[in-house]
Amino acid sequence: MSSTAPSLSLPAARPRWLAWLRGNLFKSVWDALFTALALIFAGIVLWPVLTWAIQEARWEVLSANLNLLLRGRYPAEAAWRVWAVLSLIAVASGLSFATWGRKAATALAVIACLPLALALLPFLSLPARLALLLVSALTGASFFLGRLGPPAYMPQITTSFIVLLLPLGIVLLRGFGAAGGFAVAPTRLWGGLLLSVILAASGIVFSYPLGILLALGRRSKLPVLRLLCILYIEFIRGVPLISLLFMSVTMLQLFLPAGFPQIEGIIRVGVAITLFSAAYGAENLRGGLAAIPKGQYEATWALGLNQFQSMTFVILPQALKTIIPVTVSQFIFLFKDTTLVSLVGLLDLLGIARSVLSNPEWLGTHREIYFFIGAVFWILNYWFSFGSRKLERKLNAGQRNLTH
Amino acid sequence: MTVPYTPARPPFWRNEKILAWISQIAVLTAVAGLGYFLWRNMITELRLQRDVSFTFSWLGSVAGFDIGERLIPYDNTSSYARAMAVGILNTLQVSVVGIAIATVLGVFWGLARLSPNYLIQRLATLYIEIFRNIPLLVLLIFWYQGLFLTLPGLNAAVVLPGPVFISVRGMAVPWGEPTASWPAFLVVLGAALILAIAVFVSLQIRQERTGQTAFKTLWGLAAFLAVAVLGGLWLQPLTLSQPYKEGLRIQGGYIFSPEFLSILSALSIYSSAYIAENVRGGIQSVDRGQLEATSSLGLTRLQAMRLVVLPQAMRVIIPPLVSNYLGLIKNSSLAVAIGYPEFFHVAAKTTLNQTGRAVEIFLIVMGVYLLFSLVTSLILNLYNRWVQIVER
Repeated sequence: MSSTAPSLSLPAARPRWLAWLRGNLFKSVWDALFTALALIFAGIVLWPVLTWAIQEARWEVLSANLNLLLRGRYPAEAAWRVWAVLSLIAVASGLSFATWGRKAATALAVIACLPLALALLPFLSLPARLALLLVSALTGASFFLGRLGPPAYMPQITTSFIVLLLPLGIVLLRGFGAAGGFAVAPTRLWGGLLLSVILAASGIVFSYPLGILLALGRRSKLPVLRLLCILYIEFIRGVPLISLLFMSVTMLQLFLPAGFPQIEGIIRVGVAITLFSAAYGAENLRGGLAAIPKGQYEATWALGLNQFQSMTFVILPQALKTIIPVTVSQFIFLFKDTTLVSLVGLLDLLGIARSVLSNPEWLGTHREIYFFIGAVFWILNYWFSFGSRKLERKLNAGQRNLTH
Repeated sequence: MTVPYTPARPPFWRNEKILAWISQIAVLTAVAGLGYFLWRNMITELRLQRDVSFTFSWLGSVAGFDIGERLIPYDNTSSYARAMAVGILNTLQVSVVGIAIATVLGVFWGLARLSPNYLIQRLATLYIEIFRNIPLLVLLIFWYQGLFLTLPGLNAAVVLPGPVFISVRGMAVPWGEPTASWPAFLVVLGAALILAIAVFVSLQIRQERTGQTAFKTLWGLAAFLAVAVLGGLWLQPLTLSQPYKEGLRIQGGYIFSPEFLSILSALSIYSSAYIAENVRGGIQSVDRGQLEATSSLGLTRLQAMRLVVLPQAMRVIIPPLVSNYLGLIKNSSLAVAIGYPEFFHVAAKTTLNQTGRAVEIFLIVMGVYLLFSLVTSLILNLYNRWVQIVER
């Protein structure tokens, strides 16, 4: 070939970032104006926050009180039990991803990254760092272990592990016996983030059976039963949680027979939170039940199943599966709402914050502490919803569309 | 020969009707029994411990405490019932203003999240994700102790034109004081409203007859404003009261306390993040084809938004929006954490501490909040009936 052919070349392309800027930020005069306004707004809000965070804030209040904020006055010699519970949770999440998310390795990586990232925080002690690394490693290890396990039985194994997690965790945290490694850590010493997580988790789990009963009762053909369920659900949903908390703290003892022993504070608020959460859970499940096509019911009748069998084996499993995302958002709501227990004298994150702030050494560090608490809730909630979104997509991927 | 088929009556222990009755009676008995058990325990306990019986007569006795912020006359010689009324009005005040601000902010951020402008859309996402994932109580206390209580004292107050004084004592703004002609002005406002409705309806009738656009909302609004402004100029129902510093106090104007400002900003910002998500979801729920159809019909973008997209989006937006509003009203009870005297604070904290009548007070508290939610869901049901899709 001769090289005389005229060489064709593309006109010099604009750099890609310039084209992106143009397309996304400066499409028109108005667009440019909006961009400028947004920049100014961000500057006005972020600049003071950044200067405060870098120059003025006394972050040492956090490193000095970190243990208090995370687990309250839970005895230090039993702190390893908290780590043990965290490891169990890590194993549960690893197993879940292995069971229901066949190709969820990237999501899992992100999930396992949180403890890893936390281990790099500057103010931690060496044992805490190592424990966080262990949690992260356990998440990954249980994921791979779960994938090696028999696929047909994995759902049952994982589900039973998750169901056992909460009772096991509570027993482990509370301990038994008077002395030794498992000495009882009274619940009045539990506090900080630990208390919030326990309250939210037990609120969701213990309210589940009650919520199922209420939702079924609300759909029942028996008018008295239906009316009672509707009354309960609408009553609870109509009043603020804080009124239930105040009530159970000031009045629970009043409703019990004389001479009944004093009930621990954590159980009082736990009862209120469970009763509260059951009404919301019932409403969620009602939505899930309504989404089950009528053909499913008719099929169970055709097969000769009675009502109990048709509910337990066909309808409820499908309905419960469809409400996983709303249940997660209910959990997030409940987790946020556990901060209210500080108003009835329990030492959750906010309660601990108040006691730290009353220490003369840390006067005027409100912003640092509340910023930290906000950040803790934000990270955990964002992390929960991220995980559930990933898991939910995988759960629904293989599902046959039921509403054809 | 065919033998007529007569189904045998099942024995009564397998008769579904009888079983249904029996089970319902059993449940009812169990619930009533539990209720009676709790009630009896309570009555015995009350007699045993505090020597009080179940009564509401204390509502009429003198409360003896002061309430800093009130919309109706109240002092420490007023009754407990009046104290609670002050609390209810404060709850309503912070809720109504909060709902208004939350709606404006929510619509703004919801639309911003749909913006084609990358920066604005990211900012809106950041705003929504931050405020949806932080507990309201943390937000509230941060606002109160970290922001409003760290403002400068009165002697170093920030003065904005108006004048508006911003200090640790709150925000003092110019305010209209009603004069003797205020009741007369209310009558004028009523007349203006009637006139505006008349204008609107007559234009509506004309529009339906002729098919010409009559700008009925615009003219109705204009009629209302014209009468209201003229009446205001004539009657002078308000005099301007400007705040000024006098020693260690601020006189005149209206002072929004730091507690009110904290609960207001926390409530409205928290709710606005949820409202923004609603608005975004509602607008995204309108089919793209609808928008394309409007442009093929030659509607302008504004008309398309007003006549086609918004009516359909509203149907999706309104029901969750109303439950957002209801949540905001219920959440206003968190003001008890910072000492703003709304209903929950007045009833379940101050009054309870003074009287110790837990049972009666919680009955009142529950009743009032249930009333709020009943009224709200009534409005929602009416609205739903109004906008329901007329099915073919």
